[in-house]
Amino acid sequence: MLSINNLHARVEDKPILKGVTLEVPAGEVHAIMGPNGAGKSTLSYVLSGRGGYEVTEGSASLNGEDLLELEPNERAAKGVFLSFQYPLEIPGVPALTFIRTAVNAQRRARGEDEIAAPAFLKLAKEKAASLKIDFEMLKRGLNVGFSGGEKKRMEIFQMAMLSPKFLILDETDSGLDIDALKIVSEGVNALRSPERGMLVITHYQRLLDYIKPDRVHVLAAGRIVASGGPELALQLEAEGYDKYAGAAA
Amino acid sequence: MSLSTALKTGDVTALPSRRDEDWRWTDLRGLIRVLPEAAPKFEGEVAAGPFAGLTDGEILFVNGRHVATSGQGEVMGLRFVAATEKASQAASYALVVEPGASLTLLESHEGRAAGYISDVALDIAVGEGASLTRIVLVEDEAEAVNVVTASVDLAAGATFNQTVLTGGARRQRIETHVAHPGAHAQVRLDGIYLLSGQRHADQTTVVTHGGVDGVTSQLTKGMVADQARGVFQGRIIVQPGADQTDARMGHHALILSDKAEIDAKPELLIFADDVACAHGNTIGALDEEAVFYARQRGIPELEARAMLTEAFVGEVVERIEHAGARQIAAAWVAKQLGRSEEGGAE
Repeated sequence: MLSINNLHARVEDKPILKGVTLEVPAGEVHAIMGPNGAGKSTLSYVLSGRGGYEVTEGSASLNGEDLLELEPNERAAKGVFLSFQYPLEIPGVPALTFIRTAVNAQRRARGEDEIAAPAFLKLAKEKAASLKIDFEMLKRGLNVGFSGGEKKRMEIFQMAMLSPKFLILDETDSGLDIDALKIVSEGVNALRSPERGMLVITHYQRLLDYIKPDRVHVLAAGRIVASGGPELALQLEAEGYDKYAGAAA
Repeated sequence: MSLSTALKTGDVTALPSRRDEDWRWTDLRGLIRVLPEAAPKFEGEVAAGPFAGLTDGEILFVNGRHVATSGQGEVMGLRFVAATEKASQAASYALVVEPGASLTLLESHEGRAAGYISDVALDIAVGEGASLTRIVLVEDEAEAVNVVTASVDLAAGATFNQTVLTGGARRQRIETHVAHPGAHAQVRLDGIYLLSGQRHADQTTVVTHGGVDGVTSQLTKGMVADQARGVFQGRIIVQPGADQTDARMGHHALILSDKAEIDAKPELLIFADDVACAHGNTIGALDEEAVFYARQRGIPELEARAMLTEAFVGEVVERIEHAGARQIAAAWVAKQLGRSEEGGAE
């Protein structure tokens, strides 16, 4: 599924990723944990193709297809979905319009027919209900005036509508209270499937109580410095990241 | 100094130039060396205009000549068609909205030939308690020069709502003067310009508040790409004694290219006490974070930029009261931005 090999990337002249190697097979959820400044968000941006990051070495591919050569929208059409730590507000574009535009753009890119309005609306109503999203909210400007929890729920809603192959969740727990965290986690868990992989990026172990990872990796100073099972997250929670500061240097 | 004087006299020195303060960004003298021949009477058929189907009747000018007036009712079309290339034309029209009456004027300027020079002067009087909505859609040809000037005289308690939609021309100026009596009269004065290539559009407004308790709400939004140039000049004058005036002016524009230009001059001239006046003027680029967000969801870059631009000016479209005209305006925006009608998600 997702294959990252010796990935180096920098922002302007500053190296951030210094040789990340990671394999996430289909059907698995891997967590990336690490201290602030380790390169967690950079990894998610490099994988999704945001401007301003220069890959200097290494590769990243999804199901054998090189991601790094593709435009962000092409990566999305291949199935890469990044859930933003801080989802953008898009005034004047109703959520439904935005998502339908995205769904149809992805379909066109894959050579599929566009979805018809009635089928789209039916699907949107089902998915919104399962995420406890008021359908009326979807007629308003995307994320405009939404709370942190509502924005994250809207990210999960978009995932459910776009049905991506690979999910990257960047600090999805930030700004969520426990109730919102439960709803969002249930939404993510509902998307777990044998065909889909996930990379869950988080600073805190708390999220992993709800989205249980198959593997946990520690990213420090631009490298994966430790990997293990779910117990590694608990250990980090108890001991902190201090011991990896030396390993990364 | 005006285009109409120059067209009447054939004297190019009568054209407004950079040296005229109010025309310094829309120089006609420097552009036009020779005034073309007056357009001949047009003999052919004129195809339907952009507001066809919404109007109870229409007043049609072709090549500066009044050709026909058909039908009547509360929604009237007013069409100025330029049908002969490299010719000049000048038209004027006077309109009175009787006291207490209500009129929606769907005005279109339709460039159907290349390189014409057109001047249109409108003289509008809105009677006591009457209401006029004027929606102006200006679709000029790229090499055309067009100046449209409207003088609107409001009586007490009148309502005037205007939206100008323009895609520019070689040089283009849409100028509106409103004499605002106050006395519960209400004015909404809006505009959208969407410019690409080497097009130029100038939206100039002058609102003079002469009496107490008048309201003016003005919102213009624009976008310039390529080497286009947008000009916004908004002047609101509050005369001595025009107390309790409430005037708000907003001009907000996007520049999508390094070679595009926007010149804006908001002016509030206030000679009365006890007024609420404000203006806001912002010029910037699209939010690149929002562009990336849309692309990450699979929307190609050009489509993402067009969608965000459409949303940016959508606020002005939403202020159009007449549902049919609002739809035409939304479709025009989508077309200008190269977008198909994606909307139908509801």
